[in-house]
Amino acid sequence: MAEVTQRFGPFGGRYVPETVIAALDELADAYQRLRDDPGFRGELEGLLGAYVGRPTPLYRARRLGEAYGIGRLYLKREDLCHTGAHKINNALGQVLLARRMGKRRIIAETGAGQHGVATATAASLFGMECCVYMGRLDMRRQRLNVIRMKMLGAEVRPVDAGTGTLKHATSEAIRDWVTNVEGTHYVIGSAVGPAPYPEIVADLQRVIGDETREQILAEEGRLPGTVVACVGGGSNAIGMFRAFLDDAEVAIVGVEAAGDGIGTGRHGASLSVGRPGVLHGSYSYLLQDDDGQVAEAHSISAGLDYPGVGPQHSHLRDTGRVRYEAVTDAEALEAFSLTCGTEGIIPALESSHALAVLAREGRVMDAAGPVVVCLSGRGDKDVDQASAALGIDV
Amino acid sequence: MSDGAARIAAAFPADRAAFIPYVMGGFPDVAASLAHARAIGPHADVLEIGIPYSDPLADGPTIQAAGQRALDAGTRPGDVLEMAEELRGGPPVVLMTYVNLLMAAGPRAFFERAARAGVAGMIVPDLPIDEGDDIRDAAARAGVAMVPLAAPTTTDRRMAMIGRRAAGFTYLVSVAGVTGGELEVGEALRRFVERARRAVDTPLAVGFGIRTPEQAAAIGAFADGVVVASQLIRMIEASPDPRACGPELAAYAERLQDALRAARNVPPGS
Repeated sequence: MAEVTQRFGPFGGRYVPETVIAALDELADAYQRLRDDPGFRGELEGLLGAYVGRPTPLYRARRLGEAYGIGRLYLKREDLCHTGAHKINNALGQVLLARRMGKRRIIAETGAGQHGVATATAASLFGMECCVYMGRLDMRRQRLNVIRMKMLGAEVRPVDAGTGTLKHATSEAIRDWVTNVEGTHYVIGSAVGPAPYPEIVADLQRVIGDETREQILAEEGRLPGTVVACVGGGSNAIGMFRAFLDDAEVAIVGVEAAGDGIGTGRHGASLSVGRPGVLHGSYSYLLQDDDGQVAEAHSISAGLDYPGVGPQHSHLRDTGRVRYEAVTDAEALEAFSLTCGTEGIIPALESSHALAVLAREGRVMDAAGPVVVCLSGRGDKDVDQASAALGIDV
Repeated sequence: MSDGAARIAAAFPADRAAFIPYVMGGFPDVAASLAHARAIGPHADVLEIGIPYSDPLADGPTIQAAGQRALDAGTRPGDVLEMAEELRGGPPVVLMTYVNLLMAAGPRAFFERAARAGVAGMIVPDLPIDEGDDIRDAAARAGVAMVPLAAPTTTDRRMAMIGRRAAGFTYLVSVAGVTGGELEVGEALRRFVERARRAVDTPLAVGFGIRTPEQAAAIGAFADGVVVASQLIRMIEASPDPRACGPELAAYAERLQDALRAARNVPPGS
């Protein structure tokens, strides 16, 4: 059994209070034992099929492709997953893992609320107690998901610290875990956090890329020229990218949130303009000031409104295997509207960032062959915010 | 043994547990926190000073809020190092902060500056014993003791590693949790201290959740030191004048030190 990866180049590690180290060791041991266990895999794959609705389609978006100057544009439809985003792939896997470890209580952090909903769903499915930490601002801008979590039986604990966004919710979830480490499993929602979380989350999301690879080969008889995904913490992206990292002919692009614009300082582009440092237990690129105080991120998308990023993305940035770009709120909104209008699909604001990079690069990408974009989630949760930003009258 | 480790070890009294109060640098502002440290100093054996950090994972609401207020008041790490320098001649100063501030400054530059300010030791709650060898090396070269933390959940194997690497003293986290929570002084805590004693040669100080002289005395009967942090911050917050409550803090520190003396049957004032 392969050991669970702790570092990606210099990035990753376990910069957390000593109190939770034993729990991280326990988690790494359990995952190492179970990741290839036929019983565990069978249970997870059964649920991914019958409950989540996998495999999700790889859909050829002709009209959107035309608008971007791309002949063969494909969308990996993670928005069609049960609960509306890729987050359920990870939440189900981790809750199954927690059950096998004998944990009775589940906690999670959430930004856009998709991970919170996915975790509340998995906890409900297995009759486990669930508590989700969410920043006060995010609760306001993603109200629909707060209601869903409560309906699913989860307790949603508001976090008032700082700007009331994902960074603060994550810190509060970690503090809960430090305090209740015995009996509680912390379902981290992105490919971030102390080892072994980034590896576990990437592994559980890898189904996105594995399916895509098979589907594009069946459809096109070749690998894509370019694969694109949005990056906040980076879980949908790493799940997609991992299946193509060894294929040198596939260009891979991660898209961060440039918020109001990189120059304004109000953004979430840690890989584009951050420096390496430690946030939430791992060493990775980070938005911080000269002293090392972690900066606040800004994005119209609650899921990308995070000053850190998963450690493997930092490594892929430094090795040059993945190119990271950043698009503004305005560009993302434009892609959101265009996708609604051409394809009858309302994408999440997070996923709209991945689409937005096509407006800049579509024609160049088209020359390299089919383009695959991970449509990580649906935009129902964003309709209030997007309609306000787009000036839609009701 | 580094210079800092020797100074810390010498500061632990032979006949009673050491009192280690905590002051958040820059709370409510830099001048006031320096005045508080000076007021407490005569009744402290080792002085712990926090450098405020934006994302303090190991801290409960009280220290979080104090740190945020210090940051809002514009406190920077350099200000706290200057504070330490001003406190030379008093009890040895141990700084407490999070690893990202050390990385941002560069460990070598940070520890050289700290050593010049007379800092004896460093507590970094998000740097467990098997992380950050480069940081430990930089501290050792500068003569600053890296004080490790051990928790009730620490395995015997890790406790042995802590024993091999500990310098100055070892900080035993009283309960699984963050700073300032509820603490029950009982058999479990005593057994935890005994377990650490078998693996670690440095003095053992217990912290997290200690509020009253009675609790301190109960712990001081079997541990080598007690750290009091959140309680002092609560007193500052509750004071009618948080910038001039030095006398109240001094009186509390004196009561606490007396309680530690009584716990080992040493007459007060001796």
